[in-house]
Amino acid sequence: MAPSSTPTIDIESLGLDQGALLLIRRALAERPVGGELQVRGCSPDWEMHLEAWCRSQGHPLRFDTVEGRPQARITRGPHAEGRWRDAQATGTALGDINGAPADDAEAGWGLAARGATVEAGSPNFFFALHRRHELWAATAGELYRQAAAAQWDPATAIEWDAEFDLPPAIEAAVIQVMTYLIENENAALLVPARHLGQIHPHFREVLQLLALQCADEARHVEVFTRRATLRGHEPALSTAGGQASLRTLFDAPDFSVATFLLAVLGEGSFVNLLNFLQANAPDPVTRQIARLTARDEARHVAFGMAHLEYRLSVQPDYQATLRNAIEVRYDALASTAGLNEEVFDALVLLAAGELSPGAVARGHAAVQQLQRDMAAGRRARLARLGFGRDEAERLSALHTRNFM
Amino acid sequence: MSEPVLIMGAVAYAPKVVTIWEGFKAFFMKNGLPFDYVLYSNYESQVEAQFDGTLHLAWNSPLAWVRADRIARSRGQQVQAVAMRDTDCDLRSAIVVRADSPVQTLADLRGKTVGMGALDSPQATLIPLDHLRSEGLVTARDFQARYFDVLGGKHGDHIGGERDAAVALRAGEVDACCLIDGNHLAFGLDGTLPSGSTRVIARTGAYDHCNFTTSPDAPAELIERFVALLMAMRWDDPQVRPLLELEGLREWRAGRTSGYALLERAVDDENFYSRDGAILNPDYRY
Repeated sequence: MAPSSTPTIDIESLGLDQGALLLIRRALAERPVGGELQVRGCSPDWEMHLEAWCRSQGHPLRFDTVEGRPQARITRGPHAEGRWRDAQATGTALGDINGAPADDAEAGWGLAARGATVEAGSPNFFFALHRRHELWAATAGELYRQAAAAQWDPATAIEWDAEFDLPPAIEAAVIQVMTYLIENENAALLVPARHLGQIHPHFREVLQLLALQCADEARHVEVFTRRATLRGHEPALSTAGGQASLRTLFDAPDFSVATFLLAVLGEGSFVNLLNFLQANAPDPVTRQIARLTARDEARHVAFGMAHLEYRLSVQPDYQATLRNAIEVRYDALASTAGLNEEVFDALVLLAAGELSPGAVARGHAAVQQLQRDMAAGRRARLARLGFGRDEAERLSALHTRNFM
Repeated sequence: MSEPVLIMGAVAYAPKVVTIWEGFKAFFMKNGLPFDYVLYSNYESQVEAQFDGTLHLAWNSPLAWVRADRIARSRGQQVQAVAMRDTDCDLRSAIVVRADSPVQTLADLRGKTVGMGALDSPQATLIPLDHLRSEGLVTARDFQARYFDVLGGKHGDHIGGERDAAVALRAGEVDACCLIDGNHLAFGLDGTLPSGSTRVIARTGAYDHCNFTTSPDAPAELIERFVALLMAMRWDDPQVRPLLELEGLREWRAGRTSGYALLERAVDDENFYSRDGAILNPDYRY
């Protein structure tokens, strides 16, 4: 073969420590193993550096003199491709034709981008949640986009300096409700966060959505705290029964069960509660907070529903696990006091607006209506998940009296 | 009677040495070779252990090879270099000055200070000293050598001495410094010696680096299986590749001893070891 048929690159005055390695690597990658590449250059030390580099990479090298200039002749060594032999394919970035990721994400895919090619021998990462049906929702990507677009800044979204003046009893009722909301939001932040770290990042839409959900709850904790302390008071009372109820969510080991109890039943009920506060709160700050947080919670419910609908679509008998989870939680909480009377009375007082018997009667009726609305919402969601009418009614009634 | 185990020595010049040899040990065991290793803090103790029955073979620096070979010959015994890395073959060192230095040739180094690596570094001290001597420049007589003596006993395996010498060159504390060729490229890439800030005024001849040195009377059959398993290691095996990357090679090659002449000569000229392998340099600490 004539020497001229060997490809030649001229790195001119570019040093190997100035980027010329990139040009050499690219040109060499186009040669077959055993094929040759000629390199010309004129930077100081380029020959010495090329020798050192070729030795380290396993490419045989020799120098000729062409037209009075040294010219390197590199033979492509057999090793460069070795790194990618048996590399692992990890699906495609956008998922399959339905936008769904893999059935089961492998431990060796690790933290790589979905669709990336992963070198064989990459370390395994243990993600407890690596099977699609255990965590996926068909609308996860869309819900993530909605959530990203709907983030709000507590500093500017709420008029913290809006003027209002409440009687001490009403302000105290607001503080008690805020105190109760904070502990519930702590649960709503920590429960998904505990599962978040166990989700294989192949399911990135779910990961992203839950991350924003945690950010939502972090914001809710902030705004409820700021409202509770807005007039210089400390938060109020937290009961053992309330915390025992949240503890059962906290300890739920299964992602789908936790999502069911927290998002579908608990946060679903909370949307009613926040709407109630938006309608009945005595001051503009509390009303604004309730409106914004209810919007976030509705998205959380939407994900919970979408996940369980997906799971039940591929695993219909999972419904028995959900039924069982409600019953077990009910039994676990049977000996607790449920919603504390301080919170109940505070809600009545907020709806009443004053302590007269007539007003309290109206407030009491409003809270009873709230509880009926919550139960109806739970029944409707349970029905959407395939529970029969009577069973949905029964299971809704077993939901914790603590709302969440 | 339990199966005989091949015992190898290696010098712990960096924490990664444990990772490398634990990995290799698992590979050898999985492939049916009973293998264990002993780590030493310096090559001198390791070489001595090759002659008291502790070790069957050792992963030796080129200088350790020279000493083991000398001790063996003086006793009428024999050691062998049975394998080495592809990257151990045909290295060169460079003598480097700042780009704006008036020094153009080695002769211009008369009266100047040259930064070396560790006292026992083949690539950054002994072979460059030999090269300068062959050009008529003898340390202490014609120029001052300043040693950047990092981790004595590691025979320059640790890059610290070369890096310190390079930093001193850049700072103007020495007029020249000695580096292995690959480190000149690496220091250019990582900014230790920014590209274009230095000039290479000489390169040494080619020399070889580490090898697996057998001890006298090493069990031949175990050594043979050891070498065969090394040669069977493949870069495209994902189980082995991380270890080869850590150890800095693409493939193992049969050992050769043709590449140690420069170092042999330097060891004599610089009075480092005697003909029977005794340590002569009074300043050497390890």
